[in-house]
Amino acid sequence: MKPEESATTGADLLVKALIDEDVEVVFGYPGGAVLPIYDSLFKQNRLRHILVRHEQAAVHAAEGYARSTGKVGVVLVTSGPGATNAVTGLTDALMDSIPIVCLTGQVPTHLIGNDAFQEADTTGITRPCTKHNYLVKAVGNLARTVHEAFYVARSGRPGPVVVDLPKDVLMNKHDYVAPPKIPVEHKSYRPQTKPDPRKIEQAVEMIARAKRPVFYVGGGVINSGPKASKLLAQFVRMTGYPITNTLMGLGTFPASDKQFLGMLGMHGTYEANLAMHGCDVMINIGARFDDRITGNLTKFSPGSKKIHIDIDPSSINKSVRVDLAIVGDAMLALEEMIKLWKAKQPKVDLKALKAWWAEIETWRARNCLAYKTGGETIKPQFALERLYHHIKNTDHYITTEVGQHQMWAAQFLKFEQPNRWMTSGGLGTMGYGFPAAMGVQIAHPEALVIDVAGEASILMNIQELSTVAQYNLPVKIFILNNHYMGMVRQWQELLHGGRYSESYSESLPDFVKLADAFGAVGLRCHEPDKLDGVIEEMIKTKRPVVVDVLVDEAENCFPMIPSGAAHNEMLLGPDDKAGKVSEEGMVLV
Amino acid sequence: MNKDSSIAAHTVSVLVANEPGILARVVGLFSGRGYNIESLTVAETDAKESLSRITIVTKGTPMIIEQIMAQLDRLVPVHRVRDLTVEGPHIERELALVKVKGVGEKRVEALRLADVFRAKVIDAKTDSFVFEVTGTTGKVQTFIGLMESLGMVDVGRTGIVAMSRGGEPL
Repeated sequence: MKPEESATTGADLLVKALIDEDVEVVFGYPGGAVLPIYDSLFKQNRLRHILVRHEQAAVHAAEGYARSTGKVGVVLVTSGPGATNAVTGLTDALMDSIPIVCLTGQVPTHLIGNDAFQEADTTGITRPCTKHNYLVKAVGNLARTVHEAFYVARSGRPGPVVVDLPKDVLMNKHDYVAPPKIPVEHKSYRPQTKPDPRKIEQAVEMIARAKRPVFYVGGGVINSGPKASKLLAQFVRMTGYPITNTLMGLGTFPASDKQFLGMLGMHGTYEANLAMHGCDVMINIGARFDDRITGNLTKFSPGSKKIHIDIDPSSINKSVRVDLAIVGDAMLALEEMIKLWKAKQPKVDLKALKAWWAEIETWRARNCLAYKTGGETIKPQFALERLYHHIKNTDHYITTEVGQHQMWAAQFLKFEQPNRWMTSGGLGTMGYGFPAAMGVQIAHPEALVIDVAGEASILMNIQELSTVAQYNLPVKIFILNNHYMGMVRQWQELLHGGRYSESYSESLPDFVKLADAFGAVGLRCHEPDKLDGVIEEMIKTKRPVVVDVLVDEAENCFPMIPSGAAHNEMLLGPDDKAGKVSEEGMVLV
Repeated sequence: MNKDSSIAAHTVSVLVANEPGILARVVGLFSGRGYNIESLTVAETDAKESLSRITIVTKGTPMIIEQIMAQLDRLVPVHRVRDLTVEGPHIERELALVKVKGVGEKRVEALRLADVFRAKVIDAKTDSFVFEVTGTTGKVQTFIGLMESLGMVDVGRTGIVAMSRGGEPL
């Protein structure tokens, strides 16, 4: 097509398309192949660009933005190393089902395949770590492809989508194509959102007849939107049944509610895991029977009928065979179940339910999260309890890195609402939390955003201190510093005879000076009785703050289901000795 | 856990948008998730709609096969996925080109067997033949086995294409 008078360059079309997709902020890093886009960004003021210091951080920041707002997070990176650096973030977003559109620069079309400078086979590299990807070979397809990318990223089970943009495509001219007013059906991609009404009816019947039920709820309910969480709370309260959350599902049900059993899984609560083990009807909504949840599959909840509601058919019967599978959106399924429950007013076996709750209360009475107080040293659990005490009445968001601190944060911080808790669940990406917190802070400038970190994880994206300084993002980094890659050390202690191979954090920087060098505020605390003061100081400082909390080096994260064990074979504390971990268990991660 | 852990071969038909990288997506899914590909064929079947049909023979337990179907269906450019083995009677065909070199008695025997198998001679020299044989995988394999002892020097196979019986399209 010949460029018309009114035709615009591919780069300008792209910016226009992003604006039409309601994008407000782009996390990125410039480079040769994307110079035309940066030029277009320069000439407008609708889109805000946040300059990160590493492309991995751009994706995590976009993830934090997406998870705290429910919108699509947008990333812009250059070709070659820009794209390959983004791969970890893309994989993270794929595993945790986070809607991301990542725009990558590419060498001009005539150089593709030539081993050109900063060329990488981006669509090839990102194929297994995206929900879908595109290489735009003609400017005429650019706007339409971008609109489709947004649709694919946010619909169905959300995920990351890459759009690879050769430089000549960005510079060629074409007329703009607006997003369709009424969504046109995609030719081949049509996720099923409406659940089968007959199956909903069966589910309600199974739920009503249960004697020892448990709701097992995951991140799918968060991805379904805030209304899904509201409906979930309504339905769970209507039934009076117990509920447990996965790591990804925290916040879908108020943690302060008596019906909440806490998180389940490898470091979940005693009551949650035993309820899963002993239930007769399991109601899984938006969770995927992850190996952190099930433990030993052959011994997983042996006596239960299982209902699984998921928007992704490939999540159903993947590792655990279920009795009733419902494909659809969690919000719609909950809406239908509530409607039916109200209409039928089923007679729940209250006597059985009372007995079930009595059993659960005996498990709860074990107080599985109890820990030995530390005397002179700060216990990490204590630090988080104090942190929660000071933030619970504030408008706050929590992100984490990966390891012991992450599990303690999941156990000791309480989430009353969805979209407030951002952690790398599926991929377990150290270095996730800090850039994710930046993205959250961009979306919620007035809120208190805290990255609960470990001293090892935080160093994986520490360069972003420069970004928070540049934009004066008052992100708080709360480091539980135990001088170890704590979870590695814990496994070495439990499984490898205490041979702490390479897990000691040698030559750590002085985090207070480090913060200072980047223009942030550094605080340190090593005495339990000074901790409250330091946390208060952190909260009231309206600048980025790094808090170095020196905690007990030897503390382990309990409860714990050892590798290869079942839910009823938990270790509750350091005095609980595990049976010898089987060889089968040893190979598991 | 599923009790049925018997491994069986399944023939799967996948209708996809004929676009760059689609085969890599399908094949990458199999390798990335550790599924087997016993046979794979692909070609455009609808030029107007730009659709290709991929036929894959794979092996696995019923749970794995179910997972493969769901994973394939999840790919954005995939229009339809059908497990022909599960869905009813279907037919499978394969084509092979077999080059046999030799003179004298072996050459005559090769030609005679080719006739039995209804293989066509599509290239002939004084000391070689290229046969084209079509049929089920079993028939093709048997023919190749026989030709091995008669001077077979080269063989090319298409892999399996399959279709359900009766009037219904994919």
